[in-house]
Amino acid sequence: MINVTPSKIQKPASLKGDPNFIQIIDVVKKFGSATAVDHVSLNVAKNEVFALLGSSGCGKSTLLRMMAGLETPTSGRIVIDGVDLASMPAYHRPVNMMFQSYALFPHMSVEANVAYGLKQEKTPKQEIKERVHAALELVQMQDYAKRAPHQLSGGQQQRVALARSLVKRPKLLLLDEPMSALDKKIRQKTQFELGNILYKVGVTCMMVTHDQEEAMTMADRIAVMSAGKIAQIGTPNDVYEFPNSRFSAEFIGSTNMFEGRLADDDSDLVLCDYLDLPLQTRHPNNLPKDAPLTLSIRPERIRLHFEKTDAESNCTAGVLEQIAYMGSYSLFYVRCPSGKMIEVNVSRQVLGQMERLPNYDDQVWLSWDLDSGVVLAK
Amino acid sequence: MKPNLTPLFLRWVPSGRTVAIAAPFLFLLLFFMIPFVVVMQISVVDSRLGVPPYTDLLEWTDGVLSLKFNFAHYVTVLTDSLYFDAYVGSLEVALITTVICLLIGYPAAYFIARSNPATRNILMMAVMLPFWTSYLVRVYAWIGILKDQGLLNNFLLWLHVIDEPLRLFHTNTAVYIGMVYSYLPYLILPLYAHLVRMDYTLLEAAHDLGARPWKAFVTITIPMSMRGIIAGSLLVFIPSVGEYVIPEILGGADTLMVGRLMWEDFFNNMDWPVASAATGIMVILLLFPIAVFQHMQAKSLEEQS
Repeated sequence: MINVTPSKIQKPASLKGDPNFIQIIDVVKKFGSATAVDHVSLNVAKNEVFALLGSSGCGKSTLLRMMAGLETPTSGRIVIDGVDLASMPAYHRPVNMMFQSYALFPHMSVEANVAYGLKQEKTPKQEIKERVHAALELVQMQDYAKRAPHQLSGGQQQRVALARSLVKRPKLLLLDEPMSALDKKIRQKTQFELGNILYKVGVTCMMVTHDQEEAMTMADRIAVMSAGKIAQIGTPNDVYEFPNSRFSAEFIGSTNMFEGRLADDDSDLVLCDYLDLPLQTRHPNNLPKDAPLTLSIRPERIRLHFEKTDAESNCTAGVLEQIAYMGSYSLFYVRCPSGKMIEVNVSRQVLGQMERLPNYDDQVWLSWDLDSGVVLAK
Repeated sequence: MKPNLTPLFLRWVPSGRTVAIAAPFLFLLLFFMIPFVVVMQISVVDSRLGVPPYTDLLEWTDGVLSLKFNFAHYVTVLTDSLYFDAYVGSLEVALITTVICLLIGYPAAYFIARSNPATRNILMMAVMLPFWTSYLVRVYAWIGILKDQGLLNNFLLWLHVIDEPLRLFHTNTAVYIGMVYSYLPYLILPLYAHLVRMDYTLLEAAHDLGARPWKAFVTITIPMSMRGIIAGSLLVFIPSVGEYVIPEILGGADTLMVGRLMWEDFFNNMDWPVASAATGIMVILLLFPIAVFQHMQAKSLEEQS
């Protein structure tokens, strides 16, 4: 479940530099007849952490590999700091990647792994030593310099891989599913640690993930991808609170969708087939009367009562059909008279303030505020 | 602890696991260890005219049981320049064969391992295809190719690359061609097995860190396939040292290898003890690289666990 993390370290806006530091311009990648990346354009600002979020096969990894030079775009341009990378092989790009499997060289010590990239540049020995040490210190692995990768835990391997990809001071750091190889337990802690390191180093970073929580914890901005295209780009808050499409709304967090049409051009009324009462929400002004639209209301925006409210809109009756106790919150699934199932998320705190705990088959009332719904483009 | 309730007589019936392990060991004991001990015994007795052409190790004369070890044959073999040259010749042929096999086999194994799975299987089939024909027949076939009026010379004459036939048959060149041809699959198979399992993300990581393709190959691919290189090289080197058939069929009179010399001592000179001593020395020469290999394998297995 998504809980928007207020504790996220937001980089001060002043730290972010040139908004066009990285430009992906109309990039297409085809494998045979299949289009993996379909006319994608986006910019990443200097020192920004940018996440490509999507389910598997949406083209996010292919896009990342094109940034690294491990795949060649079918068409389009990739520009970093004013330099077009199109014809530059992977080994010349000022880009380093942390691989999903970490890809640590098993026949080399931790130290040699981190030094590998610097050796390719013919860096003086003394400098290599100092920079390797500094990089290992940054990820708190300085005591493991002589170990072999297989002697390290998953989390430690990840830190070595991070040190290896940062030691060359790349203009762009790529993270491919950085948390996927870790246990769920240490994942959250690692997300914050990794975020802190990126913040400390001040590196521009593009990451790929299928885990929305990971993207929201670590990224300044998120691009939601679907079928090779970008569905939405925005800050985690924007993408969660103001999804622009059914896809983003459903992909990030869970939501209740209501199909309806605009009742009146001037009012905020949206008529919905499922509910007894009209839905009222703010909607874009340019919609004509009777325009079909979809309304998304997040489960945590809906209140659950035992008594009927006297509101004239944005409420409905229903029968409590399913309860899922999740600890810090509970999920209630309420069946409306029309048959529509509505998901409601009630926090532990609110639940404690109710006169009694809701039970199966209870007759309940749901209500929500005027600004809780978001009108989605078709 | 649970009491063992199996009837006593049943406890002596070996389990399937024991049988599976014991069977190859029993085979090796019967057909390798015992004959080897017999050969070693012959190497320390004297030769004589008669059947068998050597004296007994244990002798019973006048109520005295005497056990006599004669190491003179070892001294003979070690000091005889003919044997010395034959050992050097064998090691040289084996070493050069191994190096040529590596130079041809490594790129072959590498590209087979990197081709797509369907092609890969066909190519590996092609590598193993020669095993379907008798080894002896295949070596004989090379005579037809290499002799003065053979396929190769006729072809080159027809192309006007050469004016007169190349002298190949009955030369060391023919021996090397035959040896490389025969042993190449033994090098490709283990190398392929290592290369096909290699994680090619490691090469991508090397490129990403600034290594050009050749540098990545030298610093990542070769070290990662080192065990395959060693295994394949030993599979070529060890049988090459004692190779008898190929130098006998394709080599000339000057191709001096220890296998041929042993044959001569066993069957032409009827000097079984000297031939046995030569065998003993060769086994020691070969045990050394095998022991080194075993040690390295045990070490790398330890590292992996």
